[in-house]
Amino acid sequence: MINLAVRDILHGWGKFAFTGVGLGLLIGVTLSMAGIYRGMVEDATVLIEGSGADLWVVQQGTLGPYAEPSSLRDDVHHAIAGMPGVAAVGNAAYLTMQVGHAGVESRVMLVGFEPGRPGEPAFLVAGRPILRGHYEAVADEKAGLRVGDRVRIRRHEYEVVGLTRRMVSASGDPMLFVPLKDAQEVQFLKDNDTLVIERARTAANPAFNRPGVPGLLEAVQASQAQSRQVNSVLVRVAEGADPEEVAGEIRRWKRLQAYTTAQMEEILVAKLIATSSKQIGMFLVILSVVSAAIVAFIIYTLTVNKVREIAVLKLIGATNATIGGMILQQALGLGVIGFVVGRIVAGLWAPVFPKYVLLLPGDALRGFVLVMVICALASVVAIRAALRVDPAEAIGG
Amino acid sequence: MKAKLPGARALAVAAVVIAILAGLGWVIASQGPLARTKVTVTRAQTRDLAPSLFGIGTVEARRLYNIGPTAAGRVARVLVDQGDRVKAGQLLAEMDPVDLDERLAAGRSVVERAAHNAKSAQSALQEAESRARVAQANADRYAELRRTGFVSQEAADAKRHEASAGQAARDAAGSALAAARDEVRRAQADLAGTDRARKHLRLSSPVDGVVAARLAEHGSTVVAGQMVLQVIDPASLWVRARIDQGRSGGLAAGLAADVVLRSLPGQAFAGRVERVDVLGDSVTEERIAHVSFSSMPAGATVGDLAEVTLRLPKVSGALAIPAAAVKRAGTGRGAWLLRDGRATFRPVTVGTETLDGAAQVLSGLDAGDTVIVHSSRPLQEGARVAVEDSLVRAAP
Repeated sequence: MINLAVRDILHGWGKFAFTGVGLGLLIGVTLSMAGIYRGMVEDATVLIEGSGADLWVVQQGTLGPYAEPSSLRDDVHHAIAGMPGVAAVGNAAYLTMQVGHAGVESRVMLVGFEPGRPGEPAFLVAGRPILRGHYEAVADEKAGLRVGDRVRIRRHEYEVVGLTRRMVSASGDPMLFVPLKDAQEVQFLKDNDTLVIERARTAANPAFNRPGVPGLLEAVQASQAQSRQVNSVLVRVAEGADPEEVAGEIRRWKRLQAYTTAQMEEILVAKLIATSSKQIGMFLVILSVVSAAIVAFIIYTLTVNKVREIAVLKLIGATNATIGGMILQQALGLGVIGFVVGRIVAGLWAPVFPKYVLLLPGDALRGFVLVMVICALASVVAIRAALRVDPAEAIGG
Repeated sequence: MKAKLPGARALAVAAVVIAILAGLGWVIASQGPLARTKVTVTRAQTRDLAPSLFGIGTVEARRLYNIGPTAAGRVARVLVDQGDRVKAGQLLAEMDPVDLDERLAAGRSVVERAAHNAKSAQSALQEAESRARVAQANADRYAELRRTGFVSQEAADAKRHEASAGQAARDAAGSALAAARDEVRRAQADLAGTDRARKHLRLSSPVDGVVAARLAEHGSTVVAGQMVLQVIDPASLWVRARIDQGRSGGLAAGLAADVVLRSLPGQAFAGRVERVDVLGDSVTEERIAHVSFSSMPAGATVGDLAEVTLRLPKVSGALAIPAAAVKRAGTGRGAWLLRDGRATFRPVTVGTETLDGAAQVLSGLDAGDTVIVHSSRPLQEGARVAVEDSLVRAAP
């Protein structure tokens, strides 16, 4: 018993292979779109895992440091560290800004953290952690920086001492980790012109510049120039403690908002990237439907092109099952080739995308099943057309 | 038919099939859940470590002299400007004396008058003495004549009375002279006091130094204690460095220091820790160390930002791994070991860390252990890893 499908494919294998590759590129685009969607959600959640925190303590009535601005005094963490169930606390400051390096500007999220406390980069792919208290940085490799580069941020030059991977903000901007005190200065210290103008403004105010009180003006100006604020306090709870319970205690007694990991994920995924992820999701649905339709058309066309051969088969007495099986096998074979090629090309071009593309094995599996189902359904239409072929066509025409 | 199969067509088909299978294999090996975590490794080595501390600070003057009046008044003149070198005792500025000069003149007149009074009292005394002497001589003569009976007792008594009256007048003149002399001294002291008060309005430099600030101009009114000029001793410039409490282990006076000024980057000046303040900054969680220069950098100015690196004593024969290999797990620290292609976590205790990225391991590792330094994603216990030279592409 020879396999009719294989014999037919080998007969016109070049055409079959090209069709398969073309189909594969289409499936690759669809898989990439799924990857973009997954990558977007992953970008939003990687922030949570990467920070190594169980709780985020932020200003009362705000939605955390990422989705809304929040400002806390930086000594708040002393009070939180003393609460039961708290293992470690760390101040963190976040600021999305443009940094220039070698004439190229890139958008980064500046993260101020305290070494050894929650909020530091979890792992490095090159270089070393920050060991000086000032003017050193660890960058995500997406920022395009290398170990040894010097980056200017506002007043100071920072040396990149280490690189990390997959440390991005919710919108996919690479993170740049710097010591907390530097980040506070970047965030809250005004530029020199503003400082000078502010000083003049204060000096012109008779309430602060009284002739009989020497030193008052200087004291007021000094108090204006310093700011000791952070955006969030990251808390790691002690082993065995319930994060929800600790968060409740902080909310109740410290008059601050505290979010658990699950709540933070909800804020980031359901609130921060809600519309843009829906946008991508909608497009993914349309692309899937269009791909399915194209796969069906291709298989139908392939079959219709073989009308004469099918008629000959019928003439020599092939059963309907034989002919139907041949078409189904060819369709499924095309689907397999298309899927494999699609997965390969998606994997090939995924790293080239500027934002993260996450190809999940589960998505690939679902895609494979979907492609097989679509191919089988499409072949049903083709089989119906084949079975209606009149054997006389083999002789006529 | 069978003879035709291994032909060119079959080879081409086989090539396409192999290419697709190879691609699939690459996808599974590199992207699926079976993909290995890429890592770089190194061996724990025994070596000498040169730990150091890092802090930033500002250049400040160790001795700062704020010069101003002790009483409210108006500035009459300011003789020096910012940057001028001044000597100890040099007149820098003067306050308006208001009526002090006139009071000095008056005081001088009073002294002169008192001196004249004293002189006349002196003369009066001389006159009284002379009178007293003549009266005494007369009295003595009359007493002699009375003994021989030439004059009456009454005449002799009158002369004796004249003599004692002359003595009393002389005593009175002596007292008047003493009072006049006292008056002279009082007037002189008064004048000296006024003169001192006048001199007090002259603001002079207590040291050899440089004028750092000129804060009031002539004509302006200042209150008691308000600064008119600020003088610093330029040889006493030092750096007030702030060092993070968490990384200040070993901070002590006497440590050698390298100071880089923001105004003179790329140039390190030698110095040493002169003093570590007893009081740290509890708000910024920093300790404060004062670092003096071995030789004063030319052009250093007060307020310059400085980066200070303090060299701690060398640690010899330390078991060291890269600081990037030290990971935190829960409350402790540890390192990932490479054992038979798999990662295993090992808690370690870490000693000193150097600024160039080496960490001393006190316990938990043996020399020659292979530790994982970098990884392409967070490691899991027992995860299979693939060792690479570098996880990032080299610079183009």
